[in-house]
Amino acid sequence: MTSSHLRKSATSAEDNPPVRPGYSPFSAARVAALIGNNLTELVRLKVFYFLLLFALLLIGSSIFMAQLSFQQEFQVLKDVSLGAMSIFTSLLAIVATAQLIPRDIEERTIYTILAKPVPRYEYLAGKLGGVLLLLLLSLVAMTAVFFAVLFVRQQILVSETLHQASGLRPEQVQAATAALRASAFTWSLGAGIVIIYLKAALLAALTLFISTFATSNIFTIFVMVFIYFIGHLQATARDYWLQQNGAGWIAKTFLALVALAFPDLQLFNLVDDIVAGTAIPAGLFAQTAVLGCVYTSVYFFFAWVVFHGKEL
Amino acid sequence: MIRGALVALLLLGFGALRVPIESALTAQHRSAYFHTAQLNLGLREQIGQLGFLAALSGFRSLVADMIFIQAHVAWENTEWGRVLLLFREATTLQPRSILFWDMAAWHMAWNASVAALRDESQPNETLRRKAAQEYIGLGKDFLERGIRNNPDRPQLYESLARLEKDKLGDHAGAARLYAQAARLPGTMEYVERFAAYELSYAPGEERAAYDALHALYQRGPHERLPTLLKRLKFLEKKLDIPLDQRIPDPEP
Repeated sequence: MTSSHLRKSATSAEDNPPVRPGYSPFSAARVAALIGNNLTELVRLKVFYFLLLFALLLIGSSIFMAQLSFQQEFQVLKDVSLGAMSIFTSLLAIVATAQLIPRDIEERTIYTILAKPVPRYEYLAGKLGGVLLLLLLSLVAMTAVFFAVLFVRQQILVSETLHQASGLRPEQVQAATAALRASAFTWSLGAGIVIIYLKAALLAALTLFISTFATSNIFTIFVMVFIYFIGHLQATARDYWLQQNGAGWIAKTFLALVALAFPDLQLFNLVDDIVAGTAIPAGLFAQTAVLGCVYTSVYFFFAWVVFHGKEL
Repeated sequence: MIRGALVALLLLGFGALRVPIESALTAQHRSAYFHTAQLNLGLREQIGQLGFLAALSGFRSLVADMIFIQAHVAWENTEWGRVLLLFREATTLQPRSILFWDMAAWHMAWNASVAALRDESQPNETLRRKAAQEYIGLGKDFLERGIRNNPDRPQLYESLARLEKDKLGDHAGAARLYAQAARLPGTMEYVERFAAYELSYAPGEERAAYDALHALYQRGPHERLPTLLKRLKFLEKKLDIPLDQRIPDPEP
């Protein structure tokens, strides 16, 4: 079968979906099959193991870092671990998603899939779903190692405190160990990890959108790295644009374009302050989480709009 | 082409919807003490391009930790100027870390000031004292800025109270700061007592100090600690409190 045949069958499947009895325009089972298949392919990638192993090693080694005082040690441990989780999930989201469509086109599997009665949004949903599941599994593994390291360090410090507290009143000892425990595990820490995941999900959806019109996965990765940096500066651009200051119209137009075109990634960067002891109110966490889900959905929709009419 | 233009329009349209939501959420984040760090060009010159880029890309806290560790090394080498510079960077990057402000103030007001006072390379004692006072002032400045960045947490009020008491001899100021700390959530129970103790040392505040200490005494035996009893006895005598209103003498 020639490539023109394949192309024809792929586009015709989209344009004229076969009307068969019992055919549903959306099938959760089809999406689940695509997710499972995509996850298997992603897990086989060497880059996944490299990134995950490196992240786990970094998180594990943070226990040896900066044994200055218990507060500072927890702070460094948390900073290193959450920083590793943030960078590796973001990197994984970009690298894993960027190569999905180009690889399928290169290996021609996309034609096989789309020649079947699989709508393109289901194909994209399967691809994104696979990446999101991979990110979730990676983050769960990293969180497990991080919590284990934190728990071990906390227990060591509690036993040291109890050892040094001979002669003190029981309530004083209890207050000291309670302070230690409170400085290690907080609910905000879990909330911060969820926000890290949502940021990675947003990046994955955005990468999928870019990759629908990009010419190569390298191009997509480069663009996404720029978006990553600009996204963290977007809030500054937005503030300058919205404030009444002396900036000229050229600068204002540029700032407006930055603010309008790029998502504010700084909104999903809460772990810096959570590590320093700032508690995130439940309402604020919920709003940020909803925003992350909405962004992911919207960028997925944009990816579908481009991919829907893409000539394959 | 048309599809590309449509997507660009959709993207900008989504941006127009996004911007007010993002602005409102950022304001809420800031009111909950998130994103309070002021990253400006001055900081970029201090921490370098790479560090600044890392700080902007979501690794602000990690960069602050690295600078804090550098400051620790500078302290071990008694490079006080470098300690000051590095702590200014660390606290700018991570203004919500109580420990950074506290350590910075401690190094300046206690360690550097004492080092300046004992500086053998400076034969003039007046100049040595002047240098020591300047370091104490730097320590105080760190704590005051730390409080401005963390008005919701009691620890820095306590630290500033200790500095006022031990380094500046301002007991009334220390009492005011301890009292402020005592009103905040998460404060230790001794802080309120310390506010009353400090007030008892402040000239002209004897009556207020007596009332505060007496109120604590009335709360029950768990508050009747040796220092409290001693200060209360001292004030009873000084204020000439009628004998029938005085507290019983502590058992020998």
